Amino acid sequence: MYDTPNTERTVTRNETKFSARKVQVYYGDTHAIKDVDVDIEDKTVTAFIGPSGCGKSTFLRCLNRMNDTIDVCRVEGDILLDGQDIYDKKVDPVQLRAKVGMVFQKPNPFPKSIYDNIAYGPRIHGLAKNKAELDEIVEKSLRRGAIWNEVKDRLHAPGTGLSGGQQQRLCIARAVATEPEVLLMDEPCSALDPIATSQVEELIDELRTNYSVIIVTHSMQQAARVSQKTAFFHLGNLVEFGETGQIFTNPKDERTESYITGRIG
Amino acid sequence: MPLLWLILIVLAIAVAGYVLGRQRALASAGGDSRGLHSLPSYYGSNVAIKAIVPAFLLLVAWLLIQPIYVGNTISGMIPESSVKEGSSLGLVMAEVRRAANGLDAAVAQGLMTDDEARNLRADFTDVTQRLRDAGSIVTSEVTQPILRAAQRYRIMNDTGNLIMTIAVLILAVLGFLYGLRESRAEFRARNVVEHSVRAILVGAASIAILTTIGIVLSLVFNTIEFFRLYPAADFFLGTNWAPSFSGRGGSSDLGVLPLLWGTFYISIVALAVAVPIGLFAAIYLSEYASPRIRAFAKPMLEVLAGIPTIVYGLFALLTVGPLLLKVFGDNGLDWMQSGTAVMTAGLVMGIMLIPFVSSLSDDIINSVPQAMRDGSYGLGATKSETIKQVVLPAALPGIVGAILLAASRAIGETMIVVLGAGAAARLSLNPFEAMTTVTAKIVSQLTGDADFASPEALVAFALGMTLFVITLCLNIFALYIVRKYREQYE
Amino acid sequence: MTDATLNGSGPGKSSSLTARDARTKRRNASEKRFQAYGMIAIGIGLFFLVVLAFTIIRSGIPAFTKTVVDVEFTITQAEYEAAESELFKTKAYQDLFISKLEAQLQERGLEVDFDADAIERLLGKTGGTIREYYQGNSNMLGEPVRFELAASSRVDGYFNGRVTREGMQDSRFLMKTDLDIVDALHEAGIMKSAFNWNFITGADSGVDNPGGAGIGASVVGSFFMMLVVLLLSLPIGVAASIYLEEFAPQNRFTDLIEVNISNLAAVPSIVFGILGLAVFIQFMHLPQSAPLVGGLVLTLMTLPTIIISTRASLKAVPPSIRDAALGVGASKMQAVFHHVLPLAMPGILTGTIIGLAQALGETAPLLLIGMVGFVARGYPDGIVAGFTDPNSAMPAQIYTWAARADVAFYEKAWGGIIVLLVFLLTMNILAIILRRRFERRW
Repeated sequence: MYDTPNTERTVTRNETKFSARKVQVYYGDTHAIKDVDVDIEDKTVTAFIGPSGCGKSTFLRCLNRMNDTIDVCRVEGDILLDGQDIYDKKVDPVQLRAKVGMVFQKPNPFPKSIYDNIAYGPRIHGLAKNKAELDEIVEKSLRRGAIWNEVKDRLHAPGTGLSGGQQQRLCIARAVATEPEVLLMDEPCSALDPIATSQVEELIDELRTNYSVIIVTHSMQQAARVSQKTAFFHLGNLVEFGETGQIFTNPKDERTESYITGRIG
Repeated sequence: MPLLWLILIVLAIAVAGYVLGRQRALASAGGDSRGLHSLPSYYGSNVAIKAIVPAFLLLVAWLLIQPIYVGNTISGMIPESSVKEGSSLGLVMAEVRRAANGLDAAVAQGLMTDDEARNLRADFTDVTQRLRDAGSIVTSEVTQPILRAAQRYRIMNDTGNLIMTIAVLILAVLGFLYGLRESRAEFRARNVVEHSVRAILVGAASIAILTTIGIVLSLVFNTIEFFRLYPAADFFLGTNWAPSFSGRGGSSDLGVLPLLWGTFYISIVALAVAVPIGLFAAIYLSEYASPRIRAFAKPMLEVLAGIPTIVYGLFALLTVGPLLLKVFGDNGLDWMQSGTAVMTAGLVMGIMLIPFVSSLSDDIINSVPQAMRDGSYGLGATKSETIKQVVLPAALPGIVGAILLAASRAIGETMIVVLGAGAAARLSLNPFEAMTTVTAKIVSQLTGDADFASPEALVAFALGMTLFVITLCLNIFALYIVRKYREQYE
Repeated sequence: MTDATLNGSGPGKSSSLTARDARTKRRNASEKRFQAYGMIAIGIGLFFLVVLAFTIIRSGIPAFTKTVVDVEFTITQAEYEAAESELFKTKAYQDLFISKLEAQLQERGLEVDFDADAIERLLGKTGGTIREYYQGNSNMLGEPVRFELAASSRVDGYFNGRVTREGMQDSRFLMKTDLDIVDALHEAGIMKSAFNWNFITGADSGVDNPGGAGIGASVVGSFFMMLVVLLLSLPIGVAASIYLEEFAPQNRFTDLIEVNISNLAAVPSIVFGILGLAVFIQFMHLPQSAPLVGGLVLTLMTLPTIIISTRASLKAVPPSIRDAALGVGASKMQAVFHHVLPLAMPGILTGTIIGLAQALGETAPLLLIGMVGFVARGYPDGIVAGFTDPNSAMPAQIYTWAARADVAFYEKAWGGIIVLLVFLLTMNILAIILRRRFERRW
């Protein structure tokens, strides 16, 4: 057991994107998230790990207010995006979600063409002035989603016809198309086979150059592979947050250690 | 012997069979039910089934076949000459049946002995006089051959019934004895009973097929009969609907086009009311409404669907019609002549269809996976954008199916148009004019006093056929779409 | 594997979350509009419901009241004998009645002019009613007897506002001067409204007597019809559902049944009427206008509905129950009849009641098999006659009234609707209670 409190904050500091203070989430009477404080940096991949039901997905969904769509869900505390409280009454969740994109556990392409899937976001946000610009955005996003070469010849085929891995990359491309600043990924690889997983992981690593990426994952290997920072959640508490390397090699909390060594999970 | 008694006797044999079969089986196992293959009650049931089922099958078959056989024999007896000009064999046969009933009544009242009623050489005037005394309507239509045929008819039916009673009873007893003989310990009574029950279940399920066959046959035969009297081309392509009431055919114009036009026009008006309201209501209920509002508004809307159509018909005739007349009639815009019009019926039918559209669409919208919505919200779409651009397109096939089902409802709806749309068949574009529909004309042609064999009455079957085919196509297509849609998300 | 990453055009970092640009405002406004459409749609639906309910109640309540003339008078033995010796006996009684009425009015100091014709217009032939009474109760001669004589339907109309002084024209049915008499009698407390029991218990009346029309006989017709529907459709529907849900193999025949059921559920009801006419009446020669035939037709019509809901309740019983029963050595048939069916029963009954309610309100097929209102002239003589004697049913009776020329029948039609809806409401509440009471979630 190492005990090195000084390694808590690391050398390569990026700007803080999200900072959460004393966040509480309730589902009806259930207290799902307790007192979470965390700072998430820009141009970094942050992984949330923890056993099922620990609240990591719930916390992720607080960051773009997806929890608003659930009636019984209540969020307390402050979550600041670039210093602005996203739960401020004046904040329009719609505008927030344009900035904080999300990719879901199961690939969920709309039952439309590949082109329309990507163009959907830019269209509703009015990002393109004309067809040519829209075409450009679609191509750029599909390239960022690392799927352009596979679909460029069939942009008008239905998005539901792609394979699982392709669908998920399409969904990532779709999220990227609205030019978000943060990308939230809720177990993006859990429905994918190992090959598709490695493709998506590679993509996540590349996305880091432009975005702050937050990924919830069940797989500790995946967290170790793709993230720079890791947060460990347990029973609604943020137990430990730090450099990925440090969390996996030198956890400070014994619950973290038990988890990564496979004793709880 | 009255039918009821026969049935009761067979049932009594079955009950006796149950008790005896059970006892016999138990006895064969030395009184210990553990020695039996099945529970004792199964042995009893086995005997009861063997007694009832063949006997009842014979009974039903006999009851169906005897009238046909007797009818054919009797109608062969009636000389060509007694079928009057303009009349038909069917009418003469009806007369024969009536006379036979009259004879029955006379015997029942003691005005005539059974032998007299059977005596084929009895004096004609004497018998008719006695029939008149018995109060059985005997018009001047009863001629010598008809009376003789009626007497023969009675005799044949009586003999037939007697043979049937005996045959049914013999069969029941035979079944009873056979079942009883089987009741031994090693007999697999449960399996046999379960097979019989299964056969009954299959039979019950087949009633759906029989109903469809019944519908198709009753429509087809009468439609063919109609086309024999009236050219099919004139029916399908005629633009004039003017049945004559007095004449016996020939002078009527029976073109279906004005009726079809009225049907479609009213349905379109109804859908124009029901689809937007129903669809928006469904969207609101499934996407926006809080659970409390939903729990209140959804059943309230569905109450509209539970109200009988006669209520809507009355509402159209007595409330909506006069109201529209006030606005669009002489004193208002002067577009409308009377309260009954396409608009009246269409509007009210639209109200009736609102819950139909809304609850079907609600189901379909709810079956669009939440992941779809999440994907859209995650991109920063507003709720309405998500609904319009993701949920509705995804649900579209299902909603189209729902609308088609509603359309088939509208086309087949009867009471609202009978009361609210008027009786005049016309090809017009003015929605404030009275028009009539296929269903309304089926009712009026079959409830009037037109002779059943005349084209004026038979046309109703051709109309029914048209209606059945149209709604069937719509239904099959709609169900196909809805099923395809469901599969997509399962 | 990856494509070239595009650098440049990073996301716009500056936009604030609280400041709304024009586009966002527009989008939010459109959101509000869209939501408002939905609320309006619900509002319209509920509005229609309220209007419908209001119309039914307002127009139907008068059918339950009638206007009566309530007079108490004594006829002596001498008067009785004198009247009986006249040639026109009822006329004599009528004159007697008028003189008694006049005396009563004078007693109260009311000066009203009326003659025999006016009384006949207002009350119909009163003499017959009075004579009938005394012939049956001669012991009451010389005693004061209270008579409640029903007024004509037009007087009813005047009382509940359908007939107005301004709107009416003198006719052989009612003169304007008669209304003065009505007003006077009303003021004197002799003419008043009373509950119209005859509407609930009576049978259909002739075309010219809306006041005497009652719905009782057709309620009985509906009852016998529903009995047929219940006795046939519940066992057949349950048997068919059990077969399809539990035993049917996946084959063409099963598919055929399934397709047939779902199509029959959407076949217009009038087509079932044609079926009934052709098969039950033309072919099988069952009695026309009989509740038995009506019940058979409605059974065929409701079967698909019942089968669909029964299958849903059977499907809701979890397979673990079946497995448990099979595991202890029950046969498949025993597992279904001992375990699955009892557990599904509340759902099945709920579905059946709703199917019955639907059948109860059905009109069109009944018209085709002759169950029109005017055949409901009286109660059937016995149980068997209840099934086979010509009768009508509530909705068909309402239709017959609505189709009559005399406006006074409309009121009866609305009243009939109230009676019909009371039955439907009761059935639906029963279904809801059943569901609440026995609903089980797995």
